[in-house]
Amino acid sequence: MGKLKITCEEATTICTKAQYGEASFLDKFKLNLHFVYCKTCRTFSRQNSELSDMCALAKKYQEKHKCCLSEADKKAWKEKMKELEK
Amino acid sequence: MQENKVHTLDPDKWIDAYADYLFNYTIARVNDTEKAKDLVQETFFAGLKSMKNFEGKASERTWLVSILKRKIIDHYRKINSNKGKAEVRMNFYQEGDREGDWLEERVPQKWDSSADAMIESEELGEALTACIQKLPEKYRMVFEMKTIQGFETEDICNELDITSSNLWVIIHRARTQLRRCMEDNWFKK
Repeated sequence: MGKLKITCEEATTICTKAQYGEASFLDKFKLNLHFVYCKTCRTFSRQNSELSDMCALAKKYQEKHKCCLSEADKKAWKEKMKELEK
Repeated sequence: MQENKVHTLDPDKWIDAYADYLFNYTIARVNDTEKAKDLVQETFFAGLKSMKNFEGKASERTWLVSILKRKIIDHYRKINSNKGKAEVRMNFYQEGDREGDWLEERVPQKWDSSADAMIESEELGEALTACIQKLPEKYRMVFEMKTIQGFETEDICNELDITSSNLWVIIHRARTQLRRCMEDNWFKK
């Protein structure tokens, strides 16, 4: 089962995994135990969730400004392909 | 039983048929337009060169994607070895007696609560995107595949040939750097 008391470094790593829904039950238990006495990691954890919200905004932003292939790119490739085929 | 259809290659039609597909495949993994274009172009040329190795077992598109996948992993390995050496390991935690505790100067800063009001804003998304661009390239690639593109951990590990603990270290460091970047560029305003 391993030790239940974890360091801040371990706590923050678990916290990050939890943001992606990939922390195990035991990990989450250890994390919550750590929160009981560590205010700094509680702050980190709260902000880590906020960071995830911001990531969702970054995703939206990137989708909106997504770049694509231009017809000019394709034309240039076609010409190079013809060269190579010779 | 599976049909033993023999596929053929027709390079004259590749660009029209597959360029967009391959580009979208690449941009989801390498979020850099120019680099993605280079990789797709290289894939077409490499395909042309190795046409004689095509056995007709897979479809044309599958075959081209398999070439592209190798190009992407080569790209990842390259940035991994380049940046790996120059990378400064940022320390956030103590060593010695208080090993694993926060370093005083690395303790999370208070974030301005007006962030709540801004949470819908496009500028915030833009600011974080700018911070993501500043990450070391291998961090950026793994972080974006996981967080922005939403790939499964297992798929990323398979594609980039890394272990899951490796992935979590990278994601965690990337996020820690992003926090610092946002603290400097957004919350301090």
